[in-house]
Amino acid sequence: MEIRLNGETRTVEDGLSVADLVGSLGLGGRRVAVELNREILAREDYPATRLAAGDVVEVVQFVGGG
Amino acid sequence: MDGEDDFELGGRRYRSRLIVGTGKYADFAETRRAIDASGAEIVTVAVRRVNITDPGRENLLDHVPPEIFTILPNTAGCSTAEEAIRTARLAREAGVGNLVKIEVIGDEKTLFPDVPATIEASRVLVKEGFLVLPYVTDDPVACRRLEDVGCAAVMPLAAPIGSGLGIRNPYNLKIIIEQSRVPVIVDAGVGCASDAARALELGCDAVLMNTAIAGARDPVLMAEAMRLGVEAGRKSFLAGRIPRKLHASASSPIEGMLD
Repeated sequence: MEIRLNGETRTVEDGLSVADLVGSLGLGGRRVAVELNREILAREDYPATRLAAGDVVEVVQFVGGG
Repeated sequence: MDGEDDFELGGRRYRSRLIVGTGKYADFAETRRAIDASGAEIVTVAVRRVNITDPGRENLLDHVPPEIFTILPNTAGCSTAEEAIRTARLAREAGVGNLVKIEVIGDEKTLFPDVPATIEASRVLVKEGFLVLPYVTDDPVACRRLEDVGCAAVMPLAAPIGSGLGIRNPYNLKIIIEQSRVPVIVDAGVGCASDAARALELGCDAVLMNTAIAGARDPVLMAEAMRLGVEAGRKSFLAGRIPRKLHASASSPIEGMLD
């Protein structure tokens, strides 16, 4: 199925959990935040939250800034 | 004076009155060296999308660990209250605490803040338990409104972001310092160590800068200069300067002069 991840279309396996998505990006255990369809997702909900086709996901982190 | 002149912000005490940004450095190692030279305990960071085509890269927080530094996420780049609120919520969810620097840009050329949107975003986020530090113009009325909605400090600019023009309106800053019951942190516009010293001499509680250090020919050396400038300015403020006089006043005694 296809999802929108950080503004790009990505094909992922059906029913992928947010935890697995974050892990596949090498970001497991990192200080990131996830938005699913404009709603912030609590970290403890990543494993139980399954993605659906067309979902819009944003994964953000901290970068240099002033 | 050690320990007695701590900078208090959001219920925590800091020895340093210099807050530094982490943008515009050559690499993370230089970022860390500059922060260490500056003595800063609070550092600002931005919130951005993870690069999904190259996600395994090093992370800023590997080099600037939240266990050592107080992380102050900003909402840089936001141009509406809604965007700033969204960014602040994401930052908190990422797990570095409740501090947030609210920055809502109203004009791309000057990067002056959209003051009504800044007040609105601050109002909402204070209610959600954030410690809100708003970047704002050097406008006493705007600063009062921000204090009224519960901001933990006010952060008037000295000059436009990245301009290095120094303190353009010390009189407005004096008024803001005089009226504020929360810390006043000069944010943006400082160009060199004497600018930083001047901000502290005026009575500001702290100063926040990024470009003045990161953009210097030798950022680590400038970071040290800024640390010393802030310390000198603070001590000078506490010591109390002499009044300005039009005419001279001899330093050496008249008595005992040779005939």
